Amino acid sequence: MNKPDDAEVLVKIRGLSFSHGSRVILDNVDMDMQRGHVTTIMGPSGTGKTTLLRLIGGQLRPKAGRVEVDGKNVPDLNHDELYELRKRMGMMFQTGALFTDLSVFENVAFPLREHTRLPEALIRDLVLIKLEAVGLRGARTLMPAELSGGMARRVALARAVALDPMMIMYDEPFTGQDPITVGVIMQLIRRLNDLLGLSSIIVSHDVAEVSAISDRLYMISNGQVVAKGAPNELRESSSEWAQQFLNGRPDGPVRFHYPAEPFEKDLMSAA
Amino acid sequence: MIDWLQKLGRGGLSFFERLGRGNLFLFHSLMGIPAVLVKPGLMIAQLYSVGVLSVQIIAISGVTVGMVLGLQMFNTLTDFGAEESLGPVVALALVRELGPVLSALLFSGRAGSALTAEIGLMKATEQLSGMEMMAVDPIKRVVAPRFLAGLLSMPLLAAIFSAIGILGSYFVGVGLLGVDSGAFWSQMQAKVDLYEDIYNGMIKSVVFGFVATWIAVFEGYDSVPTTEGVSRATTRTVVHTAFAVLGLDFVLTALMFGDD
Repeated sequence: MNKPDDAEVLVKIRGLSFSHGSRVILDNVDMDMQRGHVTTIMGPSGTGKTTLLRLIGGQLRPKAGRVEVDGKNVPDLNHDELYELRKRMGMMFQTGALFTDLSVFENVAFPLREHTRLPEALIRDLVLIKLEAVGLRGARTLMPAELSGGMARRVALARAVALDPMMIMYDEPFTGQDPITVGVIMQLIRRLNDLLGLSSIIVSHDVAEVSAISDRLYMISNGQVVAKGAPNELRESSSEWAQQFLNGRPDGPVRFHYPAEPFEKDLMSAA
Repeated sequence: MIDWLQKLGRGGLSFFERLGRGNLFLFHSLMGIPAVLVKPGLMIAQLYSVGVLSVQIIAISGVTVGMVLGLQMFNTLTDFGAEESLGPVVALALVRELGPVLSALLFSGRAGSALTAEIGLMKATEQLSGMEMMAVDPIKRVVAPRFLAGLLSMPLLAAIFSAIGILGSYFVGVGLLGVDSGAFWSQMQAKVDLYEDIYNGMIKSVVFGFVATWIAVFEGYDSVPTTEGVSRATTRTVVHTAFAVLGLDFVLTALMFGDD
């Protein structure tokens, strides 16, 4: 597998470790996310996938290691530099994280109003363009409470691209959605990535969906990268991790049973 | 014994850690105030929900407290033939103590708990995280306007409480029990000092407003982002504010009126 050169890499992670109290979440992780690519991080629930996004966005500080975004090491940035960098990053949260007191239109306009001094007419046009891209121009007057889960995520996506960022991070974009919504979101992620020249990072455990739209996959388990490569490479790989995860086998390197003493011993101990 | 000491140590450490976080949070909130002054729209919306919407409970409580106070004081003062002093007695009790203290307690129950729940739920639904990722500082955008609104509302609410309380006691004392109206007002005018009583009462309400709002916004911001976490934070806001206000009231009263 060819290693991408530095100019092509937008997010470069080296030796990244993070722990929550005494629990190790990420342990010496290396990753490269290329410009223009859709890179997906997969793994069982609770393996630190969302934590990784928060480390890239500078919301958490690593215990060790480097997280370089566009050549800048995120943990080294001060408050102002970090906020400058975040203006060029979009993030779509699992819940959408829309502001419940603002309408759909105002949610998408929010970053524009906060960071630009554009005239109201231009803001209106920009918001309508973003809403049209996600198919919700007609829903602009609705409040977040009136939206379905899938619509809320699409509004969140429109808001994430409002400032034309260089990259977008998606936290579990397909979880809990019906098949039509999943299809719509899949198509939007790939289309926006290619049309707007973005780079996308998806955190997900929906194998079929992300395999179809990703250029590169990373699998993490127990805080470490256990497999990586293009979707078709991983499907054909001999990695037990990859095979268990991609085929949804109940037992394998990821154990079905939570660690415990032998069953017989446990049963007999009551006697 | 060792267990007990460990528990004490852990409790102490977490208390001081939280106190430190609270102070840092306060510092950041105060730093955010200039940004609010540039964009006052956010604060005005909060002044409405924190201040204006609290007027009803403050007014109703004020008039009730004033009426009860008028009745009780009248009965006691009549024993000494001093019912003409009803005006100043009630006014001093309200302006110096009951106005600032009771309105702070009511403020915490009505507006403080709402602030905590709102900020806590914004945290639980990742709205604060979302804001951070959009390069908007939630302390400046969400906390600072609420903090300033609470700070400005409290003295005004305390003043409304005292004024309406005095009217309530006038209604009972003069209207129902027959105290002379002229004596009620003129004695009040003679005995209540602008600096000694009214200003000191206002200082109290500013201090209580500061503490009550600080506790409310901090508890929301620092809450565990779950249903249970937000519910606990809301309870803590009301309980901690009550302790802080009552404790501070004693300290402030001793400082202001201790050498009378």
